[in-house]
Amino acid sequence: MSTLNSKIPPGPLAEKWSYYKEHAKLVNPANKRKLEVIVVGTGLAGASAAATLAELGYQVKAFCFQDSPRRAHSIAAQGGINAAKNYKNDGDSVYRLFYDTIKGGDFRAREGNVYRLADVSRNIIDQCVAQGVPFARDYGGLLDNRSFGGAQVSRTFYARGQTGQQLLLGAYGALERQVGLGNVKMYSRHEMLELVKIDGKARGIIAKNLVTGELERHFGHAVLLCTGGYGNVFFLSTNAMGSNVTAAWKAHKQGAYFGNPCYTQIHPTCIPVTGDYQSKLTLMSESLRNDGRVWVPKTKEDAKAIREGKKKPEDIKEEDRDYYLERKYPSFGNLCPRDIASRAAKEACDDGRGIVPSGFGVFLDFGDAIKRLGVEVVKARYGELFPMYQNITNEDPLKTPMKIYPAVHYTMGGLWVDYELMTSIPGCYALGEANFSDHGANRLGASALMQGLADGYFVIPYTIGNYLSSEIFTKSIPTDHPAFAEAENAVKERTQKLLSIKGKRTVDDFHKALGKIMWEYCGMARTAEGLTKARKMIQDLRKEFWSDVNVPGTINEFNPELDKAGRVADFIELGELMVVDALNRNESCGGHFRVEYQDQGEAKRDDENYRYVAAWEFKGVDADPVLHKEDLVYENIQLQVRSYK
Amino acid sequence: MTNSAIFKSSVGKKALMGVTGLFLITFLVIHCSINAMIFLNDGGETFKKWGSFMGTNPIIRTMEIVLVAGFLVHIVDGLLLWKQNRDARPVKYAMNSANANSTWYSRSMGLLGTLLLIFLVIHTAHFWIPNRMQQGLTHWHNEIDLYGKMLEVFQNPVIVAIYIFGCVSLFWHLLHGFKSAFQSLGLNHTKYNSAIGWAGTAFSIVVPAIFALMPVSIYLGWIK
Amino acid sequence: MKFNLKVWRQKNAKDQGKLVDYTIDNINADMSFLEMVDVLNDELVRKGEDPIAFDHDCREGICGMCSMYISGRAHGPQHAATTCQLYMRSFKDGDTIYVEPWRAKAFPVIKDLVTDRSAFDRIIAAGGFVSVNTGQAQDANALPVEKADAEKAMDAAACIGCGACVAACPNGAAMLFVSAKISQLALFPQGQPERNTRAINMVNQMDEEGFGNCTNIGACEAECPKEIKLTNIARMNRDYLAASLISE
Repeated sequence: MSTLNSKIPPGPLAEKWSYYKEHAKLVNPANKRKLEVIVVGTGLAGASAAATLAELGYQVKAFCFQDSPRRAHSIAAQGGINAAKNYKNDGDSVYRLFYDTIKGGDFRAREGNVYRLADVSRNIIDQCVAQGVPFARDYGGLLDNRSFGGAQVSRTFYARGQTGQQLLLGAYGALERQVGLGNVKMYSRHEMLELVKIDGKARGIIAKNLVTGELERHFGHAVLLCTGGYGNVFFLSTNAMGSNVTAAWKAHKQGAYFGNPCYTQIHPTCIPVTGDYQSKLTLMSESLRNDGRVWVPKTKEDAKAIREGKKKPEDIKEEDRDYYLERKYPSFGNLCPRDIASRAAKEACDDGRGIVPSGFGVFLDFGDAIKRLGVEVVKARYGELFPMYQNITNEDPLKTPMKIYPAVHYTMGGLWVDYELMTSIPGCYALGEANFSDHGANRLGASALMQGLADGYFVIPYTIGNYLSSEIFTKSIPTDHPAFAEAENAVKERTQKLLSIKGKRTVDDFHKALGKIMWEYCGMARTAEGLTKARKMIQDLRKEFWSDVNVPGTINEFNPELDKAGRVADFIELGELMVVDALNRNESCGGHFRVEYQDQGEAKRDDENYRYVAAWEFKGVDADPVLHKEDLVYENIQLQVRSYK
Repeated sequence: MTNSAIFKSSVGKKALMGVTGLFLITFLVIHCSINAMIFLNDGGETFKKWGSFMGTNPIIRTMEIVLVAGFLVHIVDGLLLWKQNRDARPVKYAMNSANANSTWYSRSMGLLGTLLLIFLVIHTAHFWIPNRMQQGLTHWHNEIDLYGKMLEVFQNPVIVAIYIFGCVSLFWHLLHGFKSAFQSLGLNHTKYNSAIGWAGTAFSIVVPAIFALMPVSIYLGWIK
Repeated sequence: MKFNLKVWRQKNAKDQGKLVDYTIDNINADMSFLEMVDVLNDELVRKGEDPIAFDHDCREGICGMCSMYISGRAHGPQHAATTCQLYMRSFKDGDTIYVEPWRAKAFPVIKDLVTDRSAFDRIIAAGGFVSVNTGQAQDANALPVEKADAEKAMDAAACIGCGACVAACPNGAAMLFVSAKISQLALFPQGQPERNTRAINMVNQMDEEGFGNCTNIGACEAECPKEIKLTNIARMNRDYLAASLISE
């Protein structure tokens, strides 16, 4: 065990970033042209980083597994993006956004990073507007804001229910502009399958051309992993089908520490699971909680009657309903943070009061809002969301309450990075959801988009120069270097192994099995006993996978099953690490709730013993990972119990 | 960009279809108005007066050259578009429910246009070509009796049927073409779209109907 | 529910390809179309056959990756929905369903139902952006935009680039896609400096890719999962013609 250095710059909190920028080493334009940077992933973080670095003059190669960089899963973010613009004159400031983010993250995020995030949040909005991102506007033609995810100020900028899409398309446009100018070489339908290290530094990747199956070697003076989160370890999540941990996991196995893997955000407002065939869960925007009231029947009997279809929600009288969020958290009510709302739903269902056939679902009722505002107002307010819900469930939320249940949505954990976003491998960076950095144990609504773009547009362009300035004498390393050959062979062997097993179970079988273990034992409520059991189950599953998986087809063709198999293999290994981390963290905080550590149902942090980032070092598939701690130092804020009562 | 490149581009080509289409529409208005004089049933007196004006006025005769050019551009450009559009989908769908998303006549402008082209050949062979042949280059006033020719030609029920068929094709062609021309030229505005649509539909019904009525009336002996 | 499927199978870009019949049973009406294909693929893998390749990712109608021509309609019979948002309750028990890839010269088939839509990326690279480098922006509120224009721009910006417009168009034209981007930026003050060059460059690239010409049929608008309007094409025509004829 060692203590990690996060390289936070000296000075007062508000001046750290300025200090850093003023003292960071620069690379002159002539040298930038000689430096190559690999960017893996083209979501908000990847596209914005690739575009910005290319604008600066670096030679960029960008990779995405989708058919176009525009399809990265950032596109699905609905709600909005936070920025401390204080356009509403409602008392917002950089400090408040910083403080809300730290508090929202249950005091498990790094002060310096979060303050920088809040600071540059304002530049993001300026940049996006300049690109032509169609944010919502008021009648004066200025930008509109809304309050989101329990914030007490209106600092969320939005573009209908498609904010992520619009921000991504802005970054994608900037990226394509650089592609057109010849500064970025874009590799779509390519997946990174190995990180290449030479003399301890990240020097390139092995990528698979998913169309032909060919393995390609790519050199870079630095490698940026902008590969998103790993929520699909749960099989069912709100992530896209292709979202995966593979690139980050390969870096982890090459020496990049994995930070806080157990911090998982479970989003409270998703459409409940209906059957075994289900491939993904659909998120309904958090904004629905502004007007919707969450409830279950007070009695198990009523709940049972509803589950069996003997009673309808309308049959339950007002006094027989339990608006449990309003009851438990009178000051925030239905707007309390995601982790709290999710856990409360789980408690109600575990209590036998769930209202869908599986038992796992609660009502989100717009009845009162309709009475108060009228059908038309409610309809206008949630324009896209109601038809979307109706399309999926075949029920009209204007007539009968919505049914919702929490689902895995975001992973706060990720590759450990320092203040410069560099992982523990020199020259290997992680940006956006792929790193662990800014959200602590729980992410606030509308903060993910902010972080992805902050990292890509405004942080990495400065911090990468500090590293690359010492690389200007490194000539491009030819890809026939033994390190590339070795990495490629490792990928080949692994792929051949997957194809040669020809077992009985499909890849999805294993993925579903893994998901069930993770959801059951490492989901919303975790116990030492369950986690210990889960670890053994995952280890067994891994062995079974490598002896009984059935992957059809061959290497040299378009073979999505093979690609999926590789991803699931990595998810299984990651799952085990998550369980190990959850077991290590003997406290409850944010997205990590250990049943043993609670105070009348509320998460109980242990600041004395666990006020640190757990960064895990890979030691081999069958070996225990090694824990490295980064102590979290709070110089500017007082730690307190996060209360939303 | 040079102005010739415009017409090589997709947007330029369709704008050209629109411009020539609207120009041909104005021709239809004049053609239709003058021919409608036969309905005065005055033994063709008014019709002849206007007809010979059109056939002998130097300005009109100059415009006629532009008109022929307009026809040729509309036809050649249309055929070019038709070929390019066909090439843009080398493998067809095994199952295509096109009627679920569009009207058959909007998809069949090439076919309707070809039918109209055939009709145009027949029609000009009846009247315009023989007349200009007789006039030659110098004897502009030596016109054939177009009114008498009409009465003669439209005694044949087969020819009357061909003319009706031509007018029906024209109706469908205009029903899409009129509105489409405005769209191709970018003349689309939420305030005026419904007016353009209404005018287009009315025009496509009224003009071909008047045209069709001519052979029918003559054949049935209403006009003598 | 039970269905007879006729699915386009094509091993690779060079293969001829053909429709293959499959019968699938025990389908739940609440399954999405893609989940139905998942079930079929699961059966195929268990039988040792090659599963059907198809593009899909977010499965919530926003990434634009899914792209099936279902029983003669782009994204199937449901209005304003992508393939992943199509549920089996839209079909009748016992239906025969055709499943084909997008068909266009500019979208060559890679395998089965997967096509190469990179032409769209190249069109965007030709001008679908505002040329502003990171860090040069003025304060966001320094550029007020009339709300009505902002709304129209957002309507156009909702395009997900799935290519249903091309697939549905009898001419294989991409004008709805191209015009949506041109319109979005033409409606903003930020988009003005490059308005002329953008229209010309994007249209030229579109033509180069081998898409067909618009004949104002409207199938694109009718099949667009995001309900992008034909008025955008008119705006593009206007901008392109003005740029070509008037600007120097």
